[in-house]
Amino acid sequence: MAAVTLEGVSKIYHGGVQAVRNVSFDVPDGSFCVLVGPSGCGKSTLLRMIAGLETISAGTVGIGGRVVNDVEPADRDIAMVFQNYALYPHMSVYDNMAYGLRNRRTPKPEIDERVREAARILAIEPYLDRKPRALSGGQRQRVAMGRAIVRKPQVFLFDEPLSNLDAKLRVQMRVEIKRLQRSLGVTSVYVTHDQIEAMTLSDVLVVMNAGQVEQIGTPIELYRRPQTRFVAGFLGSPAMNFLPGRIGREPGTIMLDERPIRIATPPAAAPDTQVELGIRPEDLRLVPRGQAGALAMHIEFVEELGATQLVHGRIAAAPATVQVPTGAIPPEGTIELAVDPAATHLFDVASGRRL
Amino acid sequence: MEKRAVFGNRVLPYGLLAPQIAVTLIFFYWPAAQAVQHSFLVQDAFGLSTEFVWFENYKQLFSDPSYYRTLATTVIFSTAVTAVSLSVALLLAAMADREIKGATGYRTLLIWPYAVAPAVAGVLWIFMLDPSLGMISRAMRPLGIDWNPRLNGNHAMTQVVLASAWKQISYNFLFFLAGLQAIPKSVIEAAAIDGARRWRRFWTIILPLLSPTTFFLVIVNIVYAFFDTFGTIDTMTGGGPAKATETLVYKVYADGRLGGDLGGSAAQSVILMFIVISLTAVQFRFVERKVTY
Amino acid sequence: MVERQTAFSRIIPHAVLLTGVAIVAFPVYLAVIGSTHETAVIANGQMPLTPGREAFDTYYRTIFTGGSRTTREPVGTMLLNSFTMAMLIALGKIAISILSAYAVVYFRFPFRRAAFWMIFVTLMLPVEVRIYPTYKVAADLGLLDSMAGLTLPLIASATATLLFRQFFMTIPDELVEASKIDGAGPFRFFFDTLLPLSRTNMAALFVILFIYGWNQYLWPLLITTRDDMQTIVIGIKKMIVTSDALTEWQVVMATAVLAMLPPVAVVVLMQKLFVRGLVETEK
Repeated sequence: MAAVTLEGVSKIYHGGVQAVRNVSFDVPDGSFCVLVGPSGCGKSTLLRMIAGLETISAGTVGIGGRVVNDVEPADRDIAMVFQNYALYPHMSVYDNMAYGLRNRRTPKPEIDERVREAARILAIEPYLDRKPRALSGGQRQRVAMGRAIVRKPQVFLFDEPLSNLDAKLRVQMRVEIKRLQRSLGVTSVYVTHDQIEAMTLSDVLVVMNAGQVEQIGTPIELYRRPQTRFVAGFLGSPAMNFLPGRIGREPGTIMLDERPIRIATPPAAAPDTQVELGIRPEDLRLVPRGQAGALAMHIEFVEELGATQLVHGRIAAAPATVQVPTGAIPPEGTIELAVDPAATHLFDVASGRRL
Repeated sequence: MEKRAVFGNRVLPYGLLAPQIAVTLIFFYWPAAQAVQHSFLVQDAFGLSTEFVWFENYKQLFSDPSYYRTLATTVIFSTAVTAVSLSVALLLAAMADREIKGATGYRTLLIWPYAVAPAVAGVLWIFMLDPSLGMISRAMRPLGIDWNPRLNGNHAMTQVVLASAWKQISYNFLFFLAGLQAIPKSVIEAAAIDGARRWRRFWTIILPLLSPTTFFLVIVNIVYAFFDTFGTIDTMTGGGPAKATETLVYKVYADGRLGGDLGGSAAQSVILMFIVISLTAVQFRFVERKVTY
Repeated sequence: MVERQTAFSRIIPHAVLLTGVAIVAFPVYLAVIGSTHETAVIANGQMPLTPGREAFDTYYRTIFTGGSRTTREPVGTMLLNSFTMAMLIALGKIAISILSAYAVVYFRFPFRRAAFWMIFVTLMLPVEVRIYPTYKVAADLGLLDSMAGLTLPLIASATATLLFRQFFMTIPDELVEASKIDGAGPFRFFFDTLLPLSRTNMAALFVILFIYGWNQYLWPLLITTRDDMQTIVIGIKKMIVTSDALTEWQVVMATAVLAMLPPVAVVVLMQKLFVRGLVETEK
């Protein structure tokens, strides 16, 4: 087992495109780290640099206290699960899992023991003699996991391993990956663009954007206190509402469309600074008409989710979404919403940082 | 298109390339360079001295009426082979395409002549068309045709064209059938709903959609007629009678075999190279389009 | 099809196709018939369309002793020569092409593009256009009348290299990366993954190249002078004597049948691979 340490890691491609800029963070031994961000944010490149599949332009990558910048992928003691699984199509499931061990001259009985153990854990024992093409997507995914497990590496690397599965299977495999990682206790780095995967799987969550780290922390920290507008908008579904306004003269108020809204902690910024007030859809509460400090929302349409409804509309001119219990809302007209002052997030329009 | 994942070895790739590069240099580039070099030289009668003469060999070639005759023969021959084999193959492919069920069965019955060597194809057709013992020539006699390819140049040309086209039908059939089966059925149904009858559909929808295949096959057939039919011509007529079936490739061979004019033969080779290169270039422009589709 | 089919319109395609098959097959049918009759029957132009009784005799004599007047070698030797030549050309081409394609696709090194273009250009130089200079090179190297001289100049060509390159490009990058992580270097990746994955392509290419090699005419004609080096395609030509009287047509036809048999059998028996090979090499 080993921690992964990144210090000032950058990737500059030929032609000067900077895919990763000066990234530093630690993944503690045995923890599950998820890199999340929109496509093109550099998360996969970063993962591939940890794997040794991309050269490192600047900075150092350490695994278990050893700098591995110039170490071949095979010698980094890592295992990787690819998005398209990258199973060897001409080898049986058994041989796919055994291949890496054979290349390392592991004794035959031990290979057999490890492969069968992994197959048992992943419930793919009946398919050991099959070729990958005779397996379903979920089964291939398990074989790819098995290939990683048998190696007993110091670090697992996952490159969007679930994105080729259908929605139901994805949820199931997500749970399984988490359980597996817990029981094996192997340090893992996992890349995804799916924020639900990111939230549910991670001990350490790294949100990336445009080659840089936006914020690192536990998933709940990032959800509760996003440090940038980007993180606030990226995590959470449905996404946070952003209402444009400015800081009021009276301490602890924000002026939305010339109406003051009260917030819990007064920001350390001058009055009249342009801001965005972030409120999650579940933090808006339906109140009777005419209550003081309430926001009026004009309903545009309602999405029925079963237990709850998503109401889409506009607060002042800004598009907004509210999540309320089913049946609470008329299909059209205007509703009034109260804001919990403690559940607001305030971002500086100019810098995008939290105030 | 380039691979993202590659190996880092520095020396290994040269080792992997070495065999092919060696053979290519020795048997392609060296002879080709020699051909170009010789085409600028004139050798005396005893092969003792050579003289650099610039484009003299080419000038001589292009002022020689027999070279133009060979050129005309080549054009007539390749046009005829291409036209005959393409039209027969298209007819058969269109018929097979109608009856999808039997199509693969007919394909098996039609593709094997591809495997017959051009020289052997020549022998098979002589056996049928030989003026004294050939079954077909016998059958023509009562019709008042005095079939004699050994004396009549047109007869000789006809038999060489038939044998060469016969061998190429299978190849063309295969590609036409594949092209026809790649045309979406919905397009043909839409044309039918628009009121186009079968014959009209063939001319206004199917043939235009098939044009990339046709174009590709035209080039392939011309190249075939130019170069691959050497064996057919050599076994059937030996270029005769009176050079009536002598194509450019055959002339290079015949002139060189008689020894003598090394420079002239080399100049002919160089001209042939230009012809192949331009044909291949045309074909590759087309292939590029096919890839981007 | 779109229209309702009448009995008539259903029959036409079959009628046309069967006629086509008959025309295509007729020359070969005649050759088979011809190989079963006596010289005299054929020479006087009275050969019937049904098989004669000389089949066994003719084939036995053709294969093991050779014709009495015109050929000096039994066709058995020629068959063996043709087979050796075709195998060497096919296997040799596949071997050197897969190696060079591997180098060009999976490595980065100076002059990579130059090497690729150098191979690519040879696509445009069929042996026929540079026949005498090539002959001279082979003669200078002492390769006349040898298997090496017969096959080497025909072994290098761009087609197979391009085909393998095309195929390697479709193999996902992740497979190389997974191999690297599994501890496989370039040799292991080649033998454990690339070669097994290329099996079908190699087989398809083999079918095409075997036929290509078997049917070679001009080059063997020049390079071989000794009778025991003759291939069957060359041998058959030498059996036809200009004056009909001397030509043993039944032996010629038996030889023709024997010359067609191996490549035609390959095409018919491995039709799927053949079609694939033909289509792939034209990409």
